[in-house]
Amino acid sequence: MGVEFIYPEFEVIRNESRCIACRVCERQCANEVHYFCPETGLMMSDESKCVDCQRCVSLCPTRALKIVKSDCSLRENANWKSDTIKEIYKQASSGGVLLSSMGSPKEMPVYWDKLLINASQVTNPSIDPLREPMETKVFLGKKPERIERDEKGRIKCELTPQLELSLPVMFSAMSYGSISYNAHESLARAATASGTYYNTGEGGLHKDFYCYGPHTIVQVASGRFGVHEEYLNAGAAIEIKIGQGAKPGIGGHLPGTKIVGDVSATRMIPEGTDAISPAPHHDIYSIEDLRQLVYSLKEATGYRKPVIVKVAAVHNISAIASGIARSGADIIAIDGFRGGTGAAPTRIRDNVGIPIELALAAVDQRLRDEGIRNNVSLVVGGSIRSASDVVKAVALGADACYIATAALLALGCHLCRTCQTGKCNWGIATQRPDLVKRLNPDIGSERLINLMTAWKHEIKELMGGMGINSIEALRGNRLMLRGVGLTEKELSILGVAHAGE
Amino acid sequence: MKRIYVNEDRCIGCRLCEYNCAFANSGMRDMALALKGKTIYPRIHVEGDDKITFAVSCRHCTDPICMKSCIAGAIYDDNGVIRIDKNKCVGCLTCILVCPYGALAKGENGVMQKCELCLNNSCGEPACVKGCPNRAIVYEERGESL
Amino acid sequence: MRLEGELRIPSGCAIAAVISRVGKRMSGEAVTEAMKPMHDRSNGLGGGFAGYGIYPEYKELYALHMFFDKRDTRKSCEMFLKERFEIVKSELIPTRKMPEIKDEPIIWRYFVAPLKSVVSSLQTDEKEFVARTVMKINSEMNGAFVFSSGKNMGAFKAVGFPEDVGRFYRLEEYEGYSWAAHGRYPTNTPGWWGGAHPFTLLDFSVVHNGEISSYDANRRFIEMFGYKCTLKTDTEVITYIMDYLVRVQGLNLEEAASVIAAPFWSTISAKKDPEEKEKYTYLRTVFPSLLITGPFSIILGFNGGLMALNDRLKLRSMVIGEKDDKVFIASEEAAIRAMEPDAENIWAPSGGEPVIVRVKDGAY
Repeated sequence: MGVEFIYPEFEVIRNESRCIACRVCERQCANEVHYFCPETGLMMSDESKCVDCQRCVSLCPTRALKIVKSDCSLRENANWKSDTIKEIYKQASSGGVLLSSMGSPKEMPVYWDKLLINASQVTNPSIDPLREPMETKVFLGKKPERIERDEKGRIKCELTPQLELSLPVMFSAMSYGSISYNAHESLARAATASGTYYNTGEGGLHKDFYCYGPHTIVQVASGRFGVHEEYLNAGAAIEIKIGQGAKPGIGGHLPGTKIVGDVSATRMIPEGTDAISPAPHHDIYSIEDLRQLVYSLKEATGYRKPVIVKVAAVHNISAIASGIARSGADIIAIDGFRGGTGAAPTRIRDNVGIPIELALAAVDQRLRDEGIRNNVSLVVGGSIRSASDVVKAVALGADACYIATAALLALGCHLCRTCQTGKCNWGIATQRPDLVKRLNPDIGSERLINLMTAWKHEIKELMGGMGINSIEALRGNRLMLRGVGLTEKELSILGVAHAGE
Repeated sequence: MKRIYVNEDRCIGCRLCEYNCAFANSGMRDMALALKGKTIYPRIHVEGDDKITFAVSCRHCTDPICMKSCIAGAIYDDNGVIRIDKNKCVGCLTCILVCPYGALAKGENGVMQKCELCLNNSCGEPACVKGCPNRAIVYEERGESL
Repeated sequence: MRLEGELRIPSGCAIAAVISRVGKRMSGEAVTEAMKPMHDRSNGLGGGFAGYGIYPEYKELYALHMFFDKRDTRKSCEMFLKERFEIVKSELIPTRKMPEIKDEPIIWRYFVAPLKSVVSSLQTDEKEFVARTVMKINSEMNGAFVFSSGKNMGAFKAVGFPEDVGRFYRLEEYEGYSWAAHGRYPTNTPGWWGGAHPFTLLDFSVVHNGEISSYDANRRFIEMFGYKCTLKTDTEVITYIMDYLVRVQGLNLEEAASVIAAPFWSTISAKKDPEEKEKYTYLRTVFPSLLITGPFSIILGFNGGLMALNDRLKLRSMVIGEKDDKVFIASEEAAIRAMEPDAENIWAPSGGEPVIVRVKDGAY
């Protein structure tokens, strides 16, 4: 073994006066950081393997452990940051493309944090959600342009299929394979109990979860894994995934080591083969091709399911969205630059795409300018972190939000960003049975339901403050937002005034 | 009556239950003080291999064979909770031989010990249940006789 | 300081209205009197009236009431109007000089008929044509503002207290079967004549008391359909919404009311009649962005009737009373008593419950 250029990123700090050598840390670490030394009776650690997932810290019964960032530092250099240098070391040693997981950790502007929400004072009353009804129900889908009446003059109440959400939040696409069976079960049960939807991602739908179909969005992506007629009809809606915020313009790659047992059966590919999703859909090279796929899927499901088209937020997103809105799609989902992933090339994740706030504002305005905003609903994702992000997104013009990272955090994810290794100690991004077991779907679904309940309360509280008692009256209500520390250009794209104006 | 049940699908084999049990029965305030440098004698044991793990503790049988076989009359039924009078136990290990579940074990000082549902210690409720990180051990009424 | 139209101005207010169910015409004096006891609900920055049935001799013509900043603007606007309409009559709206009302613009009215050739060349109907023309003048022609554009009706408004505005416009000289009045309490503006209520489009007029919290959601939605909210006031957007729902989408007033003051989902799901349940669910699903939240009480005037409506939580006061053929609506009972001391059956409609009063057929 040659010289290791990189000093371990983390240090395991063990308080010897508290450690009882119970070896729980050792048993829980799939990265094999901890081990017991029989000679000394002490616990030892190999820090080079630590990913800072905090599993050992959380389970240590005497709180003898903590993981800290190593203070061993390279000489400071404003241009050559230590991360940059280390990446070069890694590539020089491996010759490979750098891989990363979850959303980009780079410092890019988070516009949510530069938008502030309004509240009522004097001239109109705020509304107390504990005393007055406060409505968060949303219907996603195309709305008719004209009211039609029958021969008796009654309104014809015929609508194209809609998704009914009890709050404007859904769980975003994460495939079975990239995440575990138990994670999927947690999401499916929580979506059902919370009156919202989860999304299969591109991995097909496990037979066991067909019972959650009314709260499932089934995805059709470029690899078409697990897609068949029964699957399409099992869900409440079908999502065509064109792109993903974390890796616009490229496909996916689930290594053969994860294609085992039920994952292989569900994806309908042989065990051990790599699941490679092509970068584009090879039957969609243009917008008219998309229209064909939209209608093929509608045909296959008897026009009973709304079709969602999911795209990554890229430079000309408003033109793309306008095209999609005219393609027959019922819902457009836009995934922002900061969105998460199970694995993506680092350079793509950190450098391709645009922030969701700007994409959302531009698309909503463009669709209104063209008078077709009612043709489609708009769902946005890519780092929606809290109820206030949801409220801001709705005020900018979104019908609903997609959350994935937040949902994984609720399940126990500590954002160590090593999903690609398949050794998730929290039982989420892994297929190893001993690790999958660590996520009890009873607990997982309960925590997700709690999160949805909490967010719903917060959304109501924020709405009440604005004197709004139904989420519909917040949608696109940009007067309820003010920017702070934003340039004229940013404000004009966001369509909001600066604070104080 | 409420009993402790273990779901092997959920047990992750971390053995925290063993340490929580030992600590709960130590009578001390701090786990590090109670258990550091000591061999522990828990009343619950995680059994298994690399595929399956399972925590075993007393099931508080309705008709406990250990009680019947105890030559010293040390094992008794306290409203359904099967307990041991440590002053009476002579350490003959007959109970270990007869228990079909392997739920009893010798304690630190040679007398037998078994799960008494933490009714006799400061925990107040089964410590193994409270501390199980995956809710694999539950304490609930299932309305059955064992 | 930026002026009205350049920024959004919320305001509190007083409203009052009277209608004769048999179409008996009355002068504008009573409704002017009604505003006096509610003096403190206005702050002198806006008052106005809408009268229906006031131009029987021109009832087939659109009466355009307009403000002009100067003579040249009026001349050039008139050129524009001549390209689109036959102007049957053109005159100053008579006013009374009084110290309470200052800085008046040129206040003019035209009685016009759209040129059929122009209407058909635009492939539209007459009302749509008039509405678009009004939008165009108000959004593109600096210094010109159409503040009334219906048939056999007219709005009269100014900066000042409403009781003074009524006298200024000599409303005692007009006779109509229904009248609505408004006193304004804008919160952050010097007040502008065009910003006073009522706000009108075609024969719809709206007087409104409240500050809606859904404003921008409503505005951005309705602007998709050719409306331009030049004033940035609640009343303007409410008027356009009613025009869109009733004239463009063909909803009746009850249905339109159930869109803007939609019943709560829980109320809808508790409805016994499945047809009703389906209808309300449908309307809420189709027009979510036209739900108006926040406090409002509005009186919508139209040819042949009035509709009074409160927001669904009833966050603004509004009472209704009757006497013989007349129905009275006002922010306060005192205003009703000022019009009719012996008014009966005074009641406060619940939130979201539209009260629609129509003149009997053929009587207007």
